[in-house]
This record gives sequence, structure tokens and C-alpha cells, in this order.
Amino acid sequence: MSTRYFGAAVPRLEDPRLLAGRGTYVDDIVLPGMLHAVFLRSSVAHGRIRHLDSTAALSMPGVRAVYAMADLAGFGAGPMPAMAPHPLLKTPITCSPLASDEVCYVGEAIAMVLADSRAEAEDALAAIELDIEHLPVVANARQGIADGAPRAHSGRDSNVIATLRGSHGNVDAVFAAAAHRFSETFEIHRGGCHAMECRGVVAAPEPRSGELSLWTSSQSPYMVRRHLATYLGHDEADIRVTAPDVGGGFGPKANVYPEEFAVALAALACGHPVKWIEDRQEHFLATTQQRDQFWSLEVACDAAGRMLGVRGRCIHDNGAYAPYGLILPTTALASFPGPYALAAFDLSIDVVLTNLVPTSPVRGAGRPNAAFVLERLADTIARRLNLPREEVRRRSFVRAEQMPYVTGGKMRDGSPVAYDSGDYARALSLVVDKIDAASFEERRAEAATRGRLLGLGFASCVEDTGLGPFEGASVRVTPAGKVVVATGAASQGQGHATTLAQIAADALGVDLSQVTVKAADSRIFPLGISTIASRVAVTAGSSVEIAARKVRDKAIKVAAHMLEAGEHDLEIENGQVRVVGVPDMNVPLSTIARVLSGSAGVPIPAGVEPDLAATGYFDANQLAFAYGSQACEVEIDPETGDTRITRYVVAHDCGRLINPLIVDGQIRGGVVHGIGNALFEHMRHDEAGQPLTATYADYLLPGAAEMPDIEIHHIETPSPRNPIGAKGAGEGGTIPAAACVISAIQDALGPEAPFVTMHPVSPEQIVEWIDQARK
Amino acid sequence: MSARKISLTVNGQAVEAEVEARVNLADFVRQAIGLTGTHVGCEHGVCGACTIIVDGRPARACLMLAVQADGAEVETVESLGTPEALSELQQAFRDRHALQCGFCTPGMLMTIEALLRVEASPTREQVRDVLSGNLCRCTGYQAIVDAALDAAKARRGTR
Repeated sequence: MSTRYFGAAVPRLEDPRLLAGRGTYVDDIVLPGMLHAVFLRSSVAHGRIRHLDSTAALSMPGVRAVYAMADLAGFGAGPMPAMAPHPLLKTPITCSPLASDEVCYVGEAIAMVLADSRAEAEDALAAIELDIEHLPVVANARQGIADGAPRAHSGRDSNVIATLRGSHGNVDAVFAAAAHRFSETFEIHRGGCHAMECRGVVAAPEPRSGELSLWTSSQSPYMVRRHLATYLGHDEADIRVTAPDVGGGFGPKANVYPEEFAVALAALACGHPVKWIEDRQEHFLATTQQRDQFWSLEVACDAAGRMLGVRGRCIHDNGAYAPYGLILPTTALASFPGPYALAAFDLSIDVVLTNLVPTSPVRGAGRPNAAFVLERLADTIARRLNLPREEVRRRSFVRAEQMPYVTGGKMRDGSPVAYDSGDYARALSLVVDKIDAASFEERRAEAATRGRLLGLGFASCVEDTGLGPFEGASVRVTPAGKVVVATGAASQGQGHATTLAQIAADALGVDLSQVTVKAADSRIFPLGISTIASRVAVTAGSSVEIAARKVRDKAIKVAAHMLEAGEHDLEIENGQVRVVGVPDMNVPLSTIARVLSGSAGVPIPAGVEPDLAATGYFDANQLAFAYGSQACEVEIDPETGDTRITRYVVAHDCGRLINPLIVDGQIRGGVVHGIGNALFEHMRHDEAGQPLTATYADYLLPGAAEMPDIEIHHIETPSPRNPIGAKGAGEGGTIPAAACVISAIQDALGPEAPFVTMHPVSPEQIVEWIDQARK
Repeated sequence: MSARKISLTVNGQAVEAEVEARVNLADFVRQAIGLTGTHVGCEHGVCGACTIIVDGRPARACLMLAVQADGAEVETVESLGTPEALSELQQAFRDRHALQCGFCTPGMLMTIEALLRVEASPTREQVRDVLSGNLCRCTGYQAIVDAALDAAKARRGTR
């Protein structure tokens, strides 16, 4: 493989447009006759709709229609299809596009108003008469699993919708023989995605053809098309779904949402294009979140502190429905044993329905949760046995010479997990070295002279990336000599238009500026899965490589015919196929593309199919495991609890880097998301299931002033499991970050403070711990 | 509804319009003038995606009514440069990979543009402080700070 662009920090091809304000996000789409939709949402966490009267609303200025589910029955009815069915979920737990009977969380959509403007539609919302009978509320997962708890759905006999189990080895024997056993309980909270662009949908019916076009700010446009087609009883071919520029995803935009269906149904019902743009309050109420897990765990180790086994259980807040099946808790479970070579583990997760907005993966999915508990257990061992925290990890890691390493864990499909490559101890040593842990005590002493508590923290992780089955791509050379890459993989800012172009440009020997990537439009590429699970570089990247190689082979075959040369004597460079050593004997790719585009009556070379194009589907059924370690220093003001992260160092191995600039961006953004989870982001609800933090004044996101500069060091261990050697990079920054920050806070608080087993931690909480330590 | 006549300058062009009193400046710029580079991220004045420059100072377009801009000079991201000819600040964003999804970017650019006009040599801390009114979920901010400092340097060099 040529390495002209692969591995180079080239600036992104998508940037000039976005920087000049010329992006096209869903809200930028305006169609003739378009109506604006707003949703009437439940104001109670659990209730039964007794009465809905839209008469007054219908007479308001600009209002064209008010729809409840019954009004749309001619186009579709019943609950939404499940996106990811799971054998433990005997029947899907999904809501209808609009609720018609029971509502199960604050924010569940009940009716929609269509008007000439959004303002007029919002005016009319207040005029809809809605009577809801209140039902008992399950406001958190621990309450939901308790004896005698009310039911989050009135028809169910239990709030526990599934109990997942993951085990390996003889855990009882390992614990019985272990030198030490320690127990801890953990409360982990993760908030929402908070993409800066809220969700949005435009649906446009084409009355003459019967086709429906949908633009949606989705990570999974093809899933939207598939499930919408099923729901409407249409053929997929009659529905075009496009994800235009999307302003961040971070997981929750991977769901197929009730609003996407409702807007499509409404457009069909009224015969107009319909636009719905989520506002920020709706984002807090109706976009999936991740929220709470409660873990009770025991860890066993030998006399030297080497981790041997983990056992215990988790209570997982599922929220009110399971649109994405059990993906989130399953991912948490599949993340064990992390980077550690455990002789045995036995874990279970109770998935509990609550009357809160449904959960689904947020950047990292359940992996940051698994990393948090494993890293805190490593710190527990160090604290109890008075060992350096790094040493416990080094003794417990899977070692480089054990690769490929079968962990004993199982993938989501039940197949055994085998880590492909890497040197976990090296990543840890790198951050220990780079943050200069050796002289940390001097820095701590200096901070103490200023009345500040300084702490140093570490955390490590392994991440399964490149989730199958595929993300395909086609590569086509046009008669103008341009290269067009098409893929189903949607982008929400990851820079696919650059990285995929880099791969194609290398394979075809063209300048990067000659390559255009078109993505996430079902009219341009037939299939797509989802931009989730740090998978696109591995899946779509490998497919582009495969497709571009096929195009290259085809170009060489045709050129051999045209130049009357042997194929082995040809090379591809500067947009030409030429005879090695005789650059004047060449034929441009544009000429070959024109020949293969065909002219009436002119035969094309025998044995070659028309079109200088090919499609590739890399079979991504083996995961590539990225990994890394992080180290940080925090400085705490003991009077106020104010906690500043003063240094942050990351060592990360995502295999071969396609574009270091983009990978660094992914890692930095990911770390900051994890810092938000450690210190700031808390989606609170009261005992009635009412959200208490539904503005950015109440729900704190990490801001520029509080975030540190982050130093990144790459290790490049090519994955042997795909043709480009890549591993995913989208979530590796986030996964260990909260654990790293908490480890540093613990270190700052000192040995007398309680062991920290939760996040986010507030300044008040930190002051309380400091007070406890002083007693 | 009470429509009012306003006249203002947007990116150097005179604009006269009849606008309902309740229409905010972000919606006016996006919908009435068609300049969709200004993005609306929270509609309660925290995220800063809608930041534009009004009479030389950065303002949250979602917290101003269009009628309040009567007589004002408004600048949006579209005034900075074109895809073919990026401004120094836009170029620095590209070089530093200071944008990912691009949604917060116009607000970031306008905030920094306003800063650099009054402070030619900002410190790293100053830039971070000024950016505390603009949220970004993608980048972790560091690249944006780097880009602002690069742009300041480039502008000093060309003056």
C-alpha cells in the first residue's frame, strides 16, 4: 500500500463548507409548502390519557392539523418496531409514535400540531385540552426493583425486564483460594449526549410517485428507513432517507425515534412536507440518556495484589421503553474483564424499567461503567494492600505475549471474546512516564504550600471496536477523472469525508482533492448500519480499501489492453496508469472511465464490466480491540471543593492511524466528555419522575474554561483483523476518563477520606469527604 | 400579531423587513434573510452556537429580538470568508482541526473574531475564558484555543 495520505495529518475536506456557514443541517432544509410540527408531551411520568380535545387548537391562527395516534391510523398503527431484538425480551418494549393510552415518562409524545410556522404551532399546543390520570411512578431503578414497587408499565408483573449474566471460570473456587477479597458498591451516573444540534426531521411525500423522502439528524438513517418501511407497509425502495450534515451524535441519535415516525405519518396524512426541530428542553425530556447503574462487587486478588476474579451484580436503569433492546446493559457486561487477565468472573445485570426517558448508549455505552468499576477495584486493592496503583495494574494486565487473548467473556452474539493485539502495560508505563509520576510528590508538596490538595490518578481500558456485520462502500471514477466514494455510514463530525477519501486516494494514486465522499443517502448507497461503537474506520474504511483496490485492478486491466502492455508492468500514479519506467506510456483514469462508460456501438474491452467502479463489503465479524491508559492531576481547593484538572496525559492504541489530526480530535473530545461525567453532568429527577435539570443552567456541560490541555501519545499496533490495520478511536478517550479523574481526586483527598465509588462528584461532596477525613 | 418595520445592516448589506415583534434575531437571520450559518443550539442563551456580532460586540442572537436590532450593524459567520477564501481565523480552525460536527463552529468563530478585534495578543487563559460562553461537545476545546491563538498571530503578522 502506498502511504501518501494514509497516516498523514491532512486537513479535513469537509471543513471549508462548514467554516463558511454553508453546512446543510436538517433545520436548514426548507421545502415549498412545508408545515412545522410541535409535539404535545406528557407532563407526568406515569399516567393514563383520559381525554384529549384539540377543537380550540384547530381554530388557532396558522394551524393546519392536530393529530393524535388515532388520526394517523390509515398510515400506520401500534408500537414502533424494536431496533435490536433480544431473546430475553419476549415482546418488544417500545412506545407508539404518539401515545394513545398509557404514558410512561415525562416528555412522551401524545399529539402533534402542524402549522404554517413553529411559533403558531407552539401557540396552539397550549390550547389542547388534555386530561391525564396519574399512576404510581418508578422514579429510579433501585426503587423499581424493590419489593412492592409500583409498576412502570401498568400491564407488567415486574419492572425487571431482563437479567443478563456473564461468567467465566470457577468464580467460587477462585474466591475461596484468593489471598484477599474486597467488596465495594458503586453508583455511576452518565447523562445525555447533548450534541450541540438537537434532533430534527423533515418528511416530504411525493404525491405523484407515492415515495416519501426523509431527512433526519440520525446516526442510523438506514435503520430509520427499514423500520419505517415496515411500519408503513411500504417497500424500502419507496422511502429515501438522508442524514445531511449532523451536528454531533454521541450515541442517542442512533435510535429510531417516535418523532421520526410521527413526522413521516403526519406528512403522509396532510400531504405537505413537515419539519420538526427538537428544542433543547425536548432534548432533555425525549432524547435517550444513559443515567444510572448501581454495582455491588467483590474482587479477589493474590498476596501480591494481582487481580484474580470479580463477582457481583448491577441494577441498571433502563428507562420507560427499550427501543434499542438491551444493547446498553449488554455492552456493559461485554466490557469485562477489561484489560485484566482474570481467572474467573461472574456478573449479572438486572435491567429495570423506570418512568424516565428511555436509555441507550452514550459515547462509550456501558464501557465507561465497566472501566470505572474495574479501575476503582484496582485502586481498592492498592489502597488496602498499600501497593502503588500502577503496580496492581501491571501485575493484573493481559500481557502482550498472551495475544490473541481469549478473555472468557462473550460478545453480544455469544461468541468468545479474543483481544487481537496490544501491550497494555506499555500504555500505562507511557502515561506514568509522561506525567512524570516520579516527581509527583514534589508537586504535591508545592501545592500544599498554597493550601491546595494535589492528586494523581490513573485508569486503563480496552475497547471493542469495529462492530460487525459491515458498513459498505462503493468507489467510482467518473469520466472527468474524479473519484466518488459512496457509503452508508453517516457522519456526525468524525471526518469520514476525509479519512475515507485518504484511503481511496492512495489506492487509486490520485490527489486527495479529486475524491468526494457521499454518505448516508439511501438513494446513493443501498445499505448502511449505524455510526456507533467506534466502527466506521474499521468497517467502512476497510470496504473503501477493498472497493478501491478492485477499481485499481480494473483500471490496470483496461490500461494493459489500451497500452498493449502486461498488467504487471503497469503502475497507477498521478491519476494515470503508466508503464513502470516509461511514464510517457500512460493512460489517464479519466480516459479509462470514459471507455468504460460506453458509447453507442463501440465495444468495451473483452472481459471487463462497464463502469470504472466497484463495491466493497468488508466482513467485519471479528472485532479490533483498541486500548489505552490515561493519567491526570487534579488540584482541589479544600475550602470550596473546587476541583481543577491541571494535567492530562493519554496513551492510546487504535492501530494504524488514518489521520492523526482526526484521531487526536476524537480522543480529546472523548476525554472531555468523560471529565463531564466525572465532575459535572447530572440528569436529576424528583420522586415523581420530573426532570429537575432541563436547561444548561442546571445541567452542566464541560466548558472551555474548566478543561485542561490534553497531551496524547499514540502506540500503533496494527489490528491483524482488517486490511487497513485500524481500530476504532471514537470512544477510547471517554471510556477510562471518569475513572482517571476520580482516582486523582481520591489521591488528593488522602488515605483518611472515604473510598470514592461514585460520579459525578460535586464540590459540596468533596468538601464533605475532606471534613470526614479530618475527623 | 404585531409586525414592525426594521432596517439594519447585515454583513454590510442594508436590510429592510417587516417582522413580528416576537421573532428572535437568530430566527430572523436564518429564516427571513436565509443566512443559515448561524445555528440555534439551546434557545436559552447558554450554548453560544447562535453568537453573532452586533454593533461590534458578540451577542447571542437567540436572546435578542429582531426588532431590537433595528438600526444595528449585524455580522454573521457568512461575513468572514468563503469556502474558497477562508479568513485567517477560519483557516486556523481548519489547520488545527478545531471543528468536528461544525454546529457550534459559527458561534465559536464569531466570539473569537470579536475578541481578536479588541485584543490582538490574547493569552491562552483569556481565550479559554472568553470561550466559556460557547459549548462544544466534539473537540474538547483545546484545538479551538490553539486556532484562536494561531489566528491572532497570523493577524498580527499581516498588519
